[in-house]
Amino acid sequence: MKQSLKSSSSLIWPLAGLGLLLLFNAVFNPSFFSISIVDGNLYGNLIDIFRNGSITMILALGMCLVIATGGVDLSVGTIMAITGAVVAIIYQSDPDTSLFVALLVALGVAGVAGALNGALVAYARIQPIIATLILMVTGRGIASFITGEKQIAVENDAFGYLGTGHLIALPFSMVLVFLLYGLMVLGVRKTPVALFIEATGDNEDAAHFSGVNSKMIKLLVYLVCGLFAGLAGLVETSNIANSDPSQLGIYRELDAIFAVVVGGTALSGGRFSLIGAIIGALLLQTLTTTLYSYGVDSALSPIPKAVLIVTVCLLRSDRFRKQFTSLYARKNVA
Amino acid sequence: MPDPLLSMRGISKAFPGVQALSEANLTLYRGEVHALMGENGAGKSTLIKTLTGVHQRDAGEVLFEGKPIKPAAPLEAEGLGISTVFQEVNLIPHLSVAENISLGRQRSRFGFMQWKEIRERAERALKRFDVEIDVTQEVCSYSVAIQQMVAIARAVDIDAKLLVLDEPTSSLDENEVEELFAVMRKLCAQGMGIVFITHFLDQVYSITDRITVLRNGQSIGEYETAKLPRIELISHMLGKPVDQLADTGSDGLSRSEAASQGEAWLEAKDLSKEGVMSSFDFEIRKGEAAGLAGLLGSGRTETAKLLFGILKSDTGETSMAGNSVGNPKSPRQAIARKIGFCSEDRKREGIIPNLSVRENIVLALQARKGFINTISRQEQNRIADKFIKRLRIKTPSRETPIRTLSGGNQQKALLARWLATDPDLIILDEPTRGIDIGARDEIEELIRELQKEGMAVLLISSELEEIERLCERVWVLRDRQFVGELSDEEISEKAIMSLIAHSDEMEGSDEAES
Ligand SMILES: Nc1ncnc2c1ncn2[C@@H]1O[C@H](COP(=O)(O)OP(=O)(O)OP(=O)(O)O)[C@@H](O)[C@H]1O
Ligand SMILES: [Mg+2]
Repeated sequence: MKQSLKSSSSLIWPLAGLGLLLLFNAVFNPSFFSISIVDGNLYGNLIDIFRNGSITMILALGMCLVIATGGVDLSVGTIMAITGAVVAIIYQSDPDTSLFVALLVALGVAGVAGALNGALVAYARIQPIIATLILMVTGRGIASFITGEKQIAVENDAFGYLGTGHLIALPFSMVLVFLLYGLMVLGVRKTPVALFIEATGDNEDAAHFSGVNSKMIKLLVYLVCGLFAGLAGLVETSNIANSDPSQLGIYRELDAIFAVVVGGTALSGGRFSLIGAIIGALLLQTLTTTLYSYGVDSALSPIPKAVLIVTVCLLRSDRFRKQFTSLYARKNVA
Repeated sequence: MPDPLLSMRGISKAFPGVQALSEANLTLYRGEVHALMGENGAGKSTLIKTLTGVHQRDAGEVLFEGKPIKPAAPLEAEGLGISTVFQEVNLIPHLSVAENISLGRQRSRFGFMQWKEIRERAERALKRFDVEIDVTQEVCSYSVAIQQMVAIARAVDIDAKLLVLDEPTSSLDENEVEELFAVMRKLCAQGMGIVFITHFLDQVYSITDRITVLRNGQSIGEYETAKLPRIELISHMLGKPVDQLADTGSDGLSRSEAASQGEAWLEAKDLSKEGVMSSFDFEIRKGEAAGLAGLLGSGRTETAKLLFGILKSDTGETSMAGNSVGNPKSPRQAIARKIGFCSEDRKREGIIPNLSVRENIVLALQARKGFINTISRQEQNRIADKFIKRLRIKTPSRETPIRTLSGGNQQKALLARWLATDPDLIILDEPTRGIDIGARDEIEELIRELQKEGMAVLLISSELEEIERLCERVWVLRDRQFVGELSDEEISEKAIMSLIAHSDEMEGSDEAES
């Protein structure tokens, strides 16, 4: 009871932000909420938010675990590009490759990339920022090497379903997010893994002395993060039916980190919130979609995004709230 | 009576789920050492923290030198002349000793740090306590006791009018405590007022002039130390009439009769680690209580860490029940062998601060069970509740983050973590550090019960009296070497002391001869 109260209170600020944004739209742009049914599938801004936000949500779920251990993974955008390049080249060499094989190979590569990050952090004890920066930088080179330094169109119906298909009237990528979230809750929250991750992130020495296999835990979270980044890369490639190693997934790691932090998981590690990461991603996407629906130049959109992130983080800080209220109280007295 | 130096009136402070202080008072005069006494969780540290600006009080007033004050942060309190050593040593681990001592008060010239001056000042500050260490080393490379000395040296180094010491002596040995007391007496003679918090009654009676007792956040009374018999002090602290106190705080308990028997359960031969410990042999039987005694830095904690796999031995051989098993390579492996190690460094090597009391208690047990074999939530609750009740851990609920518990209650929760793993050997490094006298007897009793069921105990303690009382066998360490072994009737404070000192003389005479 206490627990749920507490964890929900840390979600209050991003939820409030989301509510405000939706309220703003409700007042100024009621059509924002209209949902239409075409061919039995749902369409509309709200659905778009989920569809377009799915990439960030998938990345944020993986990133959330990494950040909980006190680390960070800067390479997720690059891993997206690598998997995009891998499927592109697979379908280019044999357009009839079965979806299963294509996914298996691409995700295998993503998993190896993630494990490599994990090994550098856990066993070689390299700082997470540096360890993942290595792949972030070199990985793009690898991706363009794979595609022969050019864009490749990926036009395969089965594969196209990932990013553009519908399942039970909803975009498939949206369903995928729900599935992955459910998987994480079952595989992490409902098992001791969550305890081990939080203990490692909160006080690694104490966790180690208590018998927690912190190295294995770290390897695991980077591996999962890599796999999720791979999935995100596939969804994106499928969605735009094209693989451009120099552009695919670029700056995505920042969105993922923002979503996790806005969702109430501290960069210093420890307690994490998966649903918070989802809400954080939703908040970012809602903002983007809102700006887009008002025709704001996409080059300017990072500015409101930054304002939003700073506001939510400040509101969450106890100290800031205290100083803010005491400042206010003082003014009232004066 | 002259004007008090410090007068705290009607101080209240609430935290979520607890009223930590309700209208507590404290009055302190210049030149006195004033003890602040109370059970674990009584509100002592909280009272100090509202005085020094770590927490803001909800109600009440504080007069310092007759003027009302309300510092917003410890540094501001320092500026007013209130210097504090907090219970949880809060030095910055990766800065050098010298930097820590001068932190917030560095001298710089034209914006450049005067490193030489800073170093010399730190050396001088430590010299007062006869501590000679390399002040350019990182603080975290030293033991808790040295860290405690550094924190004290830092506090005493500035010209304060009021010095607050929250359990500064918990990991110091007798000699260091004496050094500290000597300095305290000197400072008092110069007109400084000192607030002193401790759970050691002997220290209270040897250094303090007056005592304020807190219970459940309320002031019970203010007494002159010389006129307050111990038993009455205890009765005020616990809130029980004198005749109901069986023999709390006395040495009523004696060594375990459940004599350990049979062959060694764990035997380690020729363990050593270059630059850390010279080679030693160790063995322990089921149900045995053994102790490690020695001065600070003699290698007691290092011995424990070698046995527990935190440090890896360069040489030697470990066997269990006669079978060679190899030296432990990690704590995980040691835990799998049913060994537990309760570290002396509660903050850095013990608590997982933001996790709940429940999670902290089940952590080691769950870690041993691994990823798959989940302890159900109900079972976790049952385990946590059992220990909260058995060890009387004072917490608003089992879901409270452990960091908000009082120091002594955190210590109890860590003990619970290891007892929950049902170990065959538990290594306790200063286990009663910061635990009040009532709880201490209860914990000793619990451990004795477990010993009867076959659990072996390896106790590390700076209090020789504790070792004498509890252990059937004692190894004495000096300069990272085992210098002697005592068993059963041979064990006495005196014998241990003389072993420590004797080896001193031996070496001296060796040198003289050669
Ligand atoms: N930051 C905090 N948040 C919530 N509760 C707190 C906090 N600090 C202290 N408390 C609570 O206030 C009460 C008093 O704690 P305090 O640390 O003052 O005890 P203490 O007398 O110093 O005990 P000890 O001898 O164990 O050090 C405890 O019940 C504790 O749980
Ligand atoms: Mg305290």
